[in-house]
Amino acid sequence: MAYNILIVDDSKLARLAVAKALRTQYGDWSRLEAANADEAIAVTGQSRIDAALLDFNMPGRDGLVLAAELRALDPDLPIGLLSANHQAEIVSRAQDVGATFLTKPLTEAALNAFMAVALARRAAAER
Amino acid sequence: MTSPEVLDELELDAFTELVNIGVSRAASSLREMVGEQVHLSVPTVVMVSRDEAIEILQRTENDKLVAVHQIFEGDITGRVLLIFPELKSLELVRAVTGGELSLEDIIELEQEAVAETGNIILNGCLSTIANLLQRSLKMSLPEILRGSAPDFFNLPPPPEAGDLAMFLYINFAIQHRDITGYIAMLMDLPSLEALKLILREFIERTTGEAASKPDGAA
Repeated sequence: MAYNILIVDDSKLARLAVAKALRTQYGDWSRLEAANADEAIAVTGQSRIDAALLDFNMPGRDGLVLAAELRALDPDLPIGLLSANHQAEIVSRAQDVGATFLTKPLTEAALNAFMAVALARRAAAER
Repeated sequence: MTSPEVLDELELDAFTELVNIGVSRAASSLREMVGEQVHLSVPTVVMVSRDEAIEILQRTENDKLVAVHQIFEGDITGRVLLIFPELKSLELVRAVTGGELSLEDIIELEQEAVAETGNIILNGCLSTIANLLQRSLKMSLPEILRGSAPDFFNLPPPPEAGDLAMFLYINFAIQHRDITGYIAMLMDLPSLEALKLILREFIERTTGEAASKPDGAA
């Protein structure tokens, strides 16, 4: 069955970079893109989301706030928080909301590791 | 405002993202140094003339400013400045040293603490950008300047061609401390044109897609 991944980043380039990293192993996933938290929440109202990758530093609500909102909507959703800003406060807040901290720029290896977990979790939930 | 369009939308987006990554990493280093969380705003990158850059800064800040200034040279050449209000620099020393020092010591250390902070942020930011662009940039030693916005944006020698500045501003703030500052980058027209070509390569590498060809290029 087809899976949907939500990519939220105010930078179009960053969204394109995630798309490229997904292409090799997860090219069959449908990508839903949003440039900010409001758009992301709107997307969740229209489509089922199986995994989400959120930029931390965005105008409006940041990726951690959005992660908490998505978590409230779906307690099992695999969420990745992307940032080059690996300050302890941010990494631990990501963990608190059950998100995986992923370093920017995103590598295919890190993404694949996150996606493997996402896929396993989704498959288990569907069983 | 007449923004000269040397970089197209995606190129500007790509450069903003590079700056974002560079400054985010630099903030992580600064956090280690001051032991408190460093908050960053979302970077704003605009292409403006020098006069407009001065105007932007004067709109929000008064005339007594401190700047750490570094020159970078390589495929692209320019200047980068970390700017903050002069009054905040002593608070910065307190943040860096842990607040155990007397006012005399703090004043004595101010120069050093400001230069070191500037060095961490500017070098951290530029080296990350250079690495991601797969280019090497030579950085000068940090130099401390005191003055107002017009002083910082009219440093000698004057630009040889194209009186254009790329002004990027990021607000950074240290938690529980009243410290905020800006980063500004200045490049002239030939450097911005060189940057445009390097950004195209970067976009192609990053997205796996060829960026649309520049006007008139083969």
